[in-house]
Amino acid sequence: MTYFDRFAIPHPSPAIYASMVAIGLTVIAILFGLTYFKKWGYLWREWLTTVDHKRIGIMYLIAALLMLFRGGVDAIMLRAQTAVPDNTLLDAQHYNEVFTTHGVVMIIFMAMPFIYALMNFIVPLQIGARDVAFPRLNALSFWLFFMGAMLFNISFVVGGSPDAGWTSYFPLAGNDFSTSVGTNYYLLSIQIAGIGTLISGINFMTTIFKMRVPSMTLMKMPMFTWTALITNAIVVFAFPVLTVVLLLGTMDRLFGTHIFTMTNGGMDMLWANLFWVWGHPEVYILILPAFGIYSEIVSTFSRRNLYGYKSMVASIVIISFLSFLVWAHHFFTMGQGALANSIFSITTMAIAIPTGIKIFNWLLTMRKGRIEFTVPMLYTIGFIPIFTIGGVTGVMLGMASADYQYHNTMFLVAHFHYTIIPGVVFAMLAGLTYWWPKMFGYMLSEKIGKWAFWFIAIGFNVTFFPMFFTGLDGQARRMYTYSEATGYGPLNLLSFAGAIVLMAGVAILVYNIYYSTRYAPRNIGSDPWNARTLEWATQSPVQSYNFARTPHVESTEAFWDHKKKGKPLFKGKIEKIHMPNNSGMPFIMSSIFFVWGFSFVFSMWIPAIITTIAIFACMAHRSFEKDDGYYIPVEEIEATEKDSEVLTDETR
Amino acid sequence: MKLDNSLPLEYKTEQGRLNILGFWIFLGAEVMLFATLFATYFILAPRTASGPTGAEIFEITPVLIETILLLTSSFTIGLGVHAMRLGRKNAMMTFFGITLLLGLAFLGVEIYEFTHYVNIGAGLQVSAFTGILMTTLGTHGAHVTLGLFWGLFIILQVKKYGLTPKTANKAFIFSLYWHFLDVVWIFIFSFVYLKGMM
Ligand code: HEM
Ligand SMILES: [Cu+2]
Repeated sequence: MTYFDRFAIPHPSPAIYASMVAIGLTVIAILFGLTYFKKWGYLWREWLTTVDHKRIGIMYLIAALLMLFRGGVDAIMLRAQTAVPDNTLLDAQHYNEVFTTHGVVMIIFMAMPFIYALMNFIVPLQIGARDVAFPRLNALSFWLFFMGAMLFNISFVVGGSPDAGWTSYFPLAGNDFSTSVGTNYYLLSIQIAGIGTLISGINFMTTIFKMRVPSMTLMKMPMFTWTALITNAIVVFAFPVLTVVLLLGTMDRLFGTHIFTMTNGGMDMLWANLFWVWGHPEVYILILPAFGIYSEIVSTFSRRNLYGYKSMVASIVIISFLSFLVWAHHFFTMGQGALANSIFSITTMAIAIPTGIKIFNWLLTMRKGRIEFTVPMLYTIGFIPIFTIGGVTGVMLGMASADYQYHNTMFLVAHFHYTIIPGVVFAMLAGLTYWWPKMFGYMLSEKIGKWAFWFIAIGFNVTFFPMFFTGLDGQARRMYTYSEATGYGPLNLLSFAGAIVLMAGVAILVYNIYYSTRYAPRNIGSDPWNARTLEWATQSPVQSYNFARTPHVESTEAFWDHKKKGKPLFKGKIEKIHMPNNSGMPFIMSSIFFVWGFSFVFSMWIPAIITTIAIFACMAHRSFEKDDGYYIPVEEIEATEKDSEVLTDETR
Repeated sequence: MKLDNSLPLEYKTEQGRLNILGFWIFLGAEVMLFATLFATYFILAPRTASGPTGAEIFEITPVLIETILLLTSSFTIGLGVHAMRLGRKNAMMTFFGITLLLGLAFLGVEIYEFTHYVNIGAGLQVSAFTGILMTTLGTHGAHVTLGLFWGLFIILQVKKYGLTPKTANKAFIFSLYWHFLDVVWIFIFSFVYLKGMM
């Protein structure tokens, strides 16, 4: 029996048992449903084995929305626990686990896939490409991310969740102070997902460098593609650091090394440093694509081209560079000395300059524009002031000496939510609404969408603004409760009320998806927003091969030029198109990775060795496989293009 | 498939060119990976606690042998790629084969080195220094091990399909990987061993 003890949960509660039952029932329901409706074949052929960037994008999207739900439930639990003083809804340990999983799920398993969902779907279309450079690796990236996420998500019902914060600082996260397997889950699941992300980074950089239509020079790329390029460059340079730091943490926890320990020469601060060498670039990985999305939306709905395109490009490049030079601002108070603190203080504040330039560019794009207050535009306009508050408080935190007052308080929590929520969540919702018709061929209801926006925007501010005050007043973050005498009670209650409103906003959003799927009209054409960039020059939903003929581009807004100035977009005649074959390998290999991770989490060495060999066997199989894809013949393309209303030069 | 005949075999197809660029980007990521390991190593190298220091455990002979083996293998794989460009399949396979044998010998010496460390009381768990030393060397060694299998598969494929744009592309990418491991080793040799022995 002792063998099975390891799978027990260290701090079980009725809620966890209930979740176990719920998970069990859901799995059974899904399996039953698939069998009953005979959907296994469909699922396998069309989704699990797909290498189409558009379908992979949609799978990322579904995963991101699921994780938003999981992270959201965690968030509500956190706010419910702190809603009143001396609350006993969650105990200290449970609270630790919940804020840890909340952070990890939101950043690694919600924000990242959301970004990759939109990048996958949109970037190849914006550059006129057939697919990404390595379609099969793209599928592998997705499945690795997905299996990493699943591994992380089972932690709370098998063996216990990580509880050392999403930053997992050692020595707290070491064996001495974190005795459950929770931190092992953290290390291995993020490792698996992180490898997937790194592969995506390489894939998208290659794609954007090499697969643009020949006429699209770098400075004719749409803004979202630019941000995608730079984001993936940051991924390629930052994620290996994460790989190493997780590896070293795993060595400490599973193999007894002394890298981050307090004894035998280990150095605990090394973790904090390495973690943030990845971690700060990571926050820019999250924010840059958002900047790209807003740029697209602002110019579409102001009916003007983007103001200051070149300075936009320059500022994202500078931001990406600076993002690697600021990491120590996360631990000004940990004693690295005044000189180091001053340097990092200055680099930190310097980032505000290029960011500010971008804000002014968006404002100047809107100036003299004919603004249409659609849902994507509302999110964009909401983003600007809210994010500015986030940025200004960031500069406050960046002043090393002042940070002694703010550090590790709710003020910090308010700050980074004021950057991350408008910066990532608003942007993703805006992008989702904006590109939804491209993805699915119908629009989300504007009316319900506006309700959702107002609930989310107001709920957000009510939740987080009070934290600036309680934080300045000294309320520490990551504390599961506080006494009545501190006087934090009322503002925390207000914050809880805000969280409920925010949650309601998300529920309205989900309802909108349901409602629009059922009732929205389908005959909306391929360009419902009257937009400007190439992705709108395809049919909606997009054909598997994207473009029948290679588009010709003369500016960042090729499609707009085509519509307004009559510039020809598609020249030449249709030729047969080369396409990659589907493959089950990415899914199978990632599933093995799941078992591999699970075996390491519980130090089960025999399955760990077997799965390691199996993973290499998959790679060997891939190496020997002969697979040259297939061609779509001209007749077939002509047939699909005929009954579409895609703009051909003859028809314009 | 469209072929661009002005280019060497491994660059001829569109996909081939994509693969090569993608692999260079991957090597960029690998540079970051090893750079992080080295940085960590430099910070922890003096932190030997009650365990031995580098100067006490490093021995020049096995390290020199490893260096010579790996440097030679980098040379022979260069010859292999050269032979490939000349279209000489057998010569190419022979040189790749020699490369892998040298790699295997390198790995043998490294395994000997590791067991030696453990025997003299400098195992993984002794101190921060020994832990990061073995992790850094181990990461490089794991890369070499992977390379041995990968190279073997490529030889088998060249044998089976001949020198096609596809196999040539794979072989060329593999040679980049192998050279890269050599470069990493030079860093290990200079900054871990030589510096540690001084
Ligand atoms: C002008 C821009 C920004 C500045 C000056 C800034 C500055 C800072 C500073 C100094 C801290 C650490 C404070 C402390 O621990 O006491 C911090 C924390 C944080 N920031 Fe920012 N930041 C900025 C933008 C962003 C953006 C755009 C994001 C994400 C999209 C972000 C996400 C975070 C997160 C997640 C933390 C908390 C990390 C933790 O758990 O300790 N920040 N920021
Ligand atoms: Cu930071």
